[in-house]
Amino acid sequence: MDHVHWVRHRCLQLISTDSRRGWYSPSSLPPKSSLDTQDPLVQRLIGKRRVVVSRWGPHHAEYHSVSKGYRNNSIRTTKYSLISFIPMNLFQQFHRAANLYFLFLVLLNWVPVVEAFQKEITMIPLAVVLTVIAFKDAMEDYRRYRYDKKINNTLTHVYCGKQQRYVERRWAEVCVGDLVRLCCNEIIPADMVLLHSSDPNGMCHIETANLDGETNLKQRQVVHDLPQQESEFIPENFNSRIECENPNNDLRRFRGFMEHPGKVRVGLHSENLLLRSCTVRNTETVIGIVVYAGHETKAMQNNSGPRYKKSKLERRLNIDVLWSVALLLLMCLIAAVGHGHWLSGLKDTIFMIPDDTPPALAGFYMFWTMIIVLQVLIPISLYVSIEIVKLGQIYFIQNDLDLYNPRLDTGVQCRALNITEDLGQIQYLFSDKTGTLTENRMLFRRCTVAGTEYPHHENAVSLEQYEQACGDADPSHTLRSRSSRKSLSCKSLSCNRSSVSLNTLTAESDTHSPHDTLRRHTPGAFSSTMECAVVPDPQLQVRLGALSSPMCSPHRQEAAELSHILDFFLALAVCNTVVVSSPTQPRHMVQMPVVRTPLRFLEEKKALLQKLNLPSFPYSPNHSTDTPSSLTKKLFFRCRSTSYFAPQTLITTPQSPTTPICASSNTSSSPSTPALMHSGAWGENVEDLQQAKDDGADETDSDDEDEAEELLYEAESPDEAALVQAAKAYGCTLLGRSPEQILVAVPGTGPLTIPLLHVLPFHSARKRMSVVVRHPFTGEVVVYTKGADNVIMELADEGEDGISREVIERTQRHLDQYAREGLRTLCVAKKVLEEQEYKVWLKRHEFAETSIENREELLLESAERLETNLTLLGATGIVDRLQEEVPETIEALQEAGIKVWVLTGDKQETAINIAFACKLLRPTDQLLTFNCDNKEASEALLHELQHEVRPFTKGGESEDDWSSCDFVLVIDGRTLDFALQKELQGPFLELTCCCRSVICCRSTPLQKSQVVQLVRNKLKVMTLAIGDGANDVSMIQVADVGIGISGQEGMQAVMSSDFAISRFKYLRKLILVHGHWCYARLANMILYFFYKNVMFVNLLFWYQFFCGFSGSTMTNSWVLIFFNLLFTSVPPLVYGVLDKDVSSGTLLDLPDLYQSGQNSQAYLPSTFWLTMLDAFYQSLVCFFIPYFAYAGSDIGVFSFGSPINGSALLIILLHQVIESRTLTWLHAGLLLFSALFYYVFVFVFSVICVTCSSPANPIGIETKMMSDPLYYFVCGLTTVLALLPRMLLRVFCNTFCPSDLVRAQKMEKLPPEDYFSRVRQWRDNKATKKLSPRHIPQSLTVNADAPNLTDCIPEAGAVLS
Amino acid sequence: MMASSYNAKDENGHHPGSVDSSGPSAVKSKKSDNTDFKQQRLPAWQPILTAGTVLPAFFMIGLIFIPIGIGLFVTSNNIKEFEIDYTGVDMSSPCFNCSQNYSWNSTSACTCSVPFTLDQPFESNVFMYYGLSNFYQNHRRYVKSRDDSQLNGDKSSLQKPSKECEPYQTSDKKPIAPCGAIANSLFNDTLELFYIHPNGSRIAIHLGKTGIAWWTDKHVKFRNPGGNDNNLSVVFQNTSKPVNWRKHVYELDPTDPENNGFINEDFIVWMRTAALPTFRKLYRIIQKKKVNMTPTLPPGNYSLEVTYNYPVRSFDGRKRMILSTISWMGGKNPFLGIAYITVGSACFFLGVVLLIIHHKYGNRNNNTDIPN
Repeated sequence: MDHVHWVRHRCLQLISTDSRRGWYSPSSLPPKSSLDTQDPLVQRLIGKRRVVVSRWGPHHAEYHSVSKGYRNNSIRTTKYSLISFIPMNLFQQFHRAANLYFLFLVLLNWVPVVEAFQKEITMIPLAVVLTVIAFKDAMEDYRRYRYDKKINNTLTHVYCGKQQRYVERRWAEVCVGDLVRLCCNEIIPADMVLLHSSDPNGMCHIETANLDGETNLKQRQVVHDLPQQESEFIPENFNSRIECENPNNDLRRFRGFMEHPGKVRVGLHSENLLLRSCTVRNTETVIGIVVYAGHETKAMQNNSGPRYKKSKLERRLNIDVLWSVALLLLMCLIAAVGHGHWLSGLKDTIFMIPDDTPPALAGFYMFWTMIIVLQVLIPISLYVSIEIVKLGQIYFIQNDLDLYNPRLDTGVQCRALNITEDLGQIQYLFSDKTGTLTENRMLFRRCTVAGTEYPHHENAVSLEQYEQACGDADPSHTLRSRSSRKSLSCKSLSCNRSSVSLNTLTAESDTHSPHDTLRRHTPGAFSSTMECAVVPDPQLQVRLGALSSPMCSPHRQEAAELSHILDFFLALAVCNTVVVSSPTQPRHMVQMPVVRTPLRFLEEKKALLQKLNLPSFPYSPNHSTDTPSSLTKKLFFRCRSTSYFAPQTLITTPQSPTTPICASSNTSSSPSTPALMHSGAWGENVEDLQQAKDDGADETDSDDEDEAEELLYEAESPDEAALVQAAKAYGCTLLGRSPEQILVAVPGTGPLTIPLLHVLPFHSARKRMSVVVRHPFTGEVVVYTKGADNVIMELADEGEDGISREVIERTQRHLDQYAREGLRTLCVAKKVLEEQEYKVWLKRHEFAETSIENREELLLESAERLETNLTLLGATGIVDRLQEEVPETIEALQEAGIKVWVLTGDKQETAINIAFACKLLRPTDQLLTFNCDNKEASEALLHELQHEVRPFTKGGESEDDWSSCDFVLVIDGRTLDFALQKELQGPFLELTCCCRSVICCRSTPLQKSQVVQLVRNKLKVMTLAIGDGANDVSMIQVADVGIGISGQEGMQAVMSSDFAISRFKYLRKLILVHGHWCYARLANMILYFFYKNVMFVNLLFWYQFFCGFSGSTMTNSWVLIFFNLLFTSVPPLVYGVLDKDVSSGTLLDLPDLYQSGQNSQAYLPSTFWLTMLDAFYQSLVCFFIPYFAYAGSDIGVFSFGSPINGSALLIILLHQVIESRTLTWLHAGLLLFSALFYYVFVFVFSVICVTCSSPANPIGIETKMMSDPLYYFVCGLTTVLALLPRMLLRVFCNTFCPSDLVRAQKMEKLPPEDYFSRVRQWRDNKATKKLSPRHIPQSLTVNADAPNLTDCIPEAGAVLS
Repeated sequence: MMASSYNAKDENGHHPGSVDSSGPSAVKSKKSDNTDFKQQRLPAWQPILTAGTVLPAFFMIGLIFIPIGIGLFVTSNNIKEFEIDYTGVDMSSPCFNCSQNYSWNSTSACTCSVPFTLDQPFESNVFMYYGLSNFYQNHRRYVKSRDDSQLNGDKSSLQKPSKECEPYQTSDKKPIAPCGAIANSLFNDTLELFYIHPNGSRIAIHLGKTGIAWWTDKHVKFRNPGGNDNNLSVVFQNTSKPVNWRKHVYELDPTDPENNGFINEDFIVWMRTAALPTFRKLYRIIQKKKVNMTPTLPPGNYSLEVTYNYPVRSFDGRKRMILSTISWMGGKNPFLGIAYITVGSACFFLGVVLLIIHHKYGNRNNNTDIPN
């Protein structure tokens, strides 16, 4: 019953156009101009704003005037009440064309001159359809009513001013302005501004899983500068006014301000808002004031119904319905003309009712009468049937165990209820990469710091080990892999840099389960499990180890590098929004400890500073530390952030310390490149290294074991978690985080609190995030930035000296190499701010933060101002493993004739590598790279590429499959922009048609949707888009079928999708099996419906030739109406839901069977007309055999109809048996039931109905006819003769030119061994057919501006082989 | 009929389905049941229609249909039927004058006598029909123009006939009984049959008036108002006769109260409207003679005496008299027998063709039905 929303939804859409607001349509225009306008605030208060004051505060009087118009918190999602149900439901149902048609016929039948049946009878179909749907609506509404009631009666604690305490109240009674107190794990009843939190930092965590499915915690903050923060919150004293924007559906935006009694205004933003239906976590109690309640909450405003799309088959169907209408009109016209003609030849007839209507007019009336008589020709019941069938299909898709993910306990989620058959016709598949093809579970793989590459071979090895261990699927594999890792760490270091074979990575399958059960219980999003553990690079470790080791390394140059490295890891640990929690207390944050600084710390610090060669700065008491081992177990107090400012004023070091050191290192060191130097160092103290490495490994191991139990990192993006884990492996452990400070353990010192000044969160436009902190050692204000490599590289300051340029160049080289290995790259940079500079920036930033109108824009601008002239620290390479069975799935999809395009925001090299890994690209493929800087060049290149490709496509045109083989186009975002322009669209698409696959790199969400739209509109193909993140939403919405992957990145993609699956691999069965089935079933069912109606209605039409075209029927009108509505309607439904042409196993074994759906083979215009022709033939037989058998006899009108109806029923049911591919007991039972139903009905009717159904009084007819043997002879002959051509057609088709489907069906009947050998043979044949014409000269490599790509391809190929 | 196999292969292997490795979880799982129905694995009969599989069916149909056809054909041929058109279109026709002069308004009856000869004896019961051609008793408005409740003896309907009967609902402000166009156009020719004995004497043949209507019609559907025993003239007192009728409905057969009023069988037969514009209706039954072995109607000369009341020439209609013996399959109709024989032979022939095809292509297909 969940899936019957659509009717309501469709009606809704028809009634109200504004209810179509999707998730991403902005609810209001960006108020850009509002800053400029000089409107007094008061004016806007009324229109755009809402004022909220506390119910029990001093503004008591104001409260009542202000909150009058606000809705209370009771919700009502039902559409009808008991009284309004019938009129409203009817009103809505008559918005459907089908129902209007019925209504028109009913009304037509009331016109006396054209009346064909009794008035009641014409109403039956309409009444049945309306009742069925009304019943459905009522059930659904009742379910909603009960749900609403349950929600409304949930209890919560609301402050009551009379009793001076919090009292229990039902949710429905909560009003705007109420103060609500919530405890941990309670659900928030309404949108509230957070006023008080038991957390000393004024923070509160909420889980928004109910809202968007994201399970990670989100921080919410008490409104700044609230007077009574420290003490107990006293509701009476809360007398601030809140002004905020009117309710809207933007979950991520909340704007407003709070005005304290002293006219001080504090800006409010989404950080202060607790959203309805989220859960309070990690916080004892929170108190908030309700600002939006009930339907005005953001959660409710986002509650959009299911989506409605029109499927391709339905579009096709509508055309054929129009053809049916044309046919109907033609038939009516014939009857009208015939009647007029017949009348004009008659006069003075005894059997005519005296009438002075002229023949022409009578003919005109007859036209309308015939429309009533032949109304069933237009298969209106088809629409209802299709909807029922789709519900059935969805039921089976959702119940498929093969699509069930036991880990997440989810199956397929069908959100769009009416495009199941589109799954069977997909021609183009557009896939996102990250999170869709890959796990989106990031693993730190390698890094480069200050131009030196640290390959982390151990890490690679351990990764592989982990995979292998996983392959065994042993529950104890965590331990095993751990031990094996230890033993392996001593082995030789093979210098194969591409030792991470992405192939092997994918070998891992459902083996997460041990973790997963753990994960389910402690649902931290990216918690530290074994798979996240990083084995440190020995070289880097040694370097970093210098910090903690007692011996000093005096080299200044090394010190500079060391400070770089330290900065790098500090940045990794700090520059993020990761929340630390401990698994032993799930959902409870590790309290930020504060400890009095022991004396030891000072010494350590001094030593460290000396090592780093940094200018020491005065001791500040707030850097706290403890022995690392016992650290987390101790609690220390929180530092007041204000206390930082005292020492800060002292530190006014004029110049940034790192730059001069770097410069000096350059001058002092030998001219040899650092890389050489490193290798020298490597060679010199191998023993040392080995020693250190073993130590390190042991150390980190023990660390792991110790801390893995202590710390859980919950990050918003998996990259962040991976980087934090990496930093942790090097001793830079993130221990805790509060809005003002970060607790980090640094090797050599121990825990440090780093004052956190600002977080400039990630934004897709900036593609980076930054934190502004006070450096723990130097006390300077430092900006750490982390972001996409191209962005950071642009912002990186080349500096006046050669060093930073060289670092940049070398880093760039490393980045390219990483990308070629398929790693995700991120750059880390820092910037030291002068105190003065910072103050200037701070001022503007604060303005931006407090501004209410266009806060987002200002903040963005402010961040961009800060993130300039960065010093590049290094870059990281993160492995994102392919999901399991991705290559197999892609291969199968390609075999099925689906063109797979990958649209990714990643770098070109990364994308190509992943493409190799998932077999989208094969080693033998020819890569066409299409990168250009301007339009003219791209045009030229496009023509060149086309020229290159053409000979191969032309030459192979005789062999049809050859046209689409073996070219893969790679295009980057900028060039894509040119290609999407109007003039180049054509050639671009032509080119892509010649390619087997296209990879678009560096594409923005907008481009993704543009590409999909272009392909969809211009090539007129069926497109499917699959993605997992918010950046795929537009693409998913544009495509014919949008599939969301409910993965790591929240539910936005899922919310906008038509189907949601949890892994990419499920796509294979969803498309190849369910898509194929749904399409074939529905197409056959629709054709059958057309056939059935035409066949039956034509019987009436033929009769007109023998009754003077008078609109007479030889059938009782009850039977006539019920024939389609009851007697023959159920079998096609089962047929549409359960028919199975080829079993799922065979469909998966032979993906090219899918092509029948792509080419719409089941439902072509030709098949439609063939079906119509067959229907005509059958009706001719079905009418004229009885006609000739009874011609000239004393047969009565309705007796004549009896054998005709009987044989029509038999023919229609047996026709289905011929057409259906499976016959289960269910089918057989329903067919029998239908036949029995008919006979029982007519029999009972003819026995008990004495005077009813006046002209066609049925009494005695059936009993008389069926006691006559002639009846059976007529029926038998009619049935056989009518079905003979269809049968023969099937036989000849299946014998002479069997389609692939029939071949597959035949194969299924073979015993298993034969079957498998046959499948192999089939696939071999296909393969050889595809491969045979391959003779591409190797010279054909068209590379525009990425010459290094040429060598990467064989290399990547080698990896695969 | 067709080759069948229960396709249960690869169903078990493909579902390592019951992946309950996650252990006993108290949480209600969204996982669906692993039942054959939900996983769409119901055992099914999957017929593939190929030459080989349907071949037996064709032979079977052929073998069944041909004998049936022969049986029907022979039966039909054994039925004796005689038909004579007495409309009087031709000048030479004995009823020409009647047909020329007669209209619904004429008061005096016109009679004519049509001689005919039977070549063969008619055994057992002989059914006497009247046939009308080009008479559209199936016209939509004609069919509707009746009141079933009135005919069923409903008194209120008798006084106030249904609107459907318009314009034959009332006449002279009195309700018409029986109302409507069908009743109004009741066939009112009287046919009598005489055997002209070779010695010249005319022997009237007894024509049975009853047993010609359906049992259900006579006993259930049609009833006189107030029961059949009452004095019908009293019951129909306030009604008027149909416009074209000469006598009231209670005068249809004054001799037999069981055949009078609405339950008059000639009336009932007429009220069952014919499906096609050319039709016959049972008029009388000539019972076979029980006493001796002589046929019901011996061969010889006969004379059909017609009281010509029913004008059909205005709409080009024809009137016929038909004499027919009947069998289990009703009247004479060679069509069905021929059709059965034709279809049966066609199926048999197709069976042979399919057999050849199967031998030629079927084997080849089995070996190389891989697309290439």
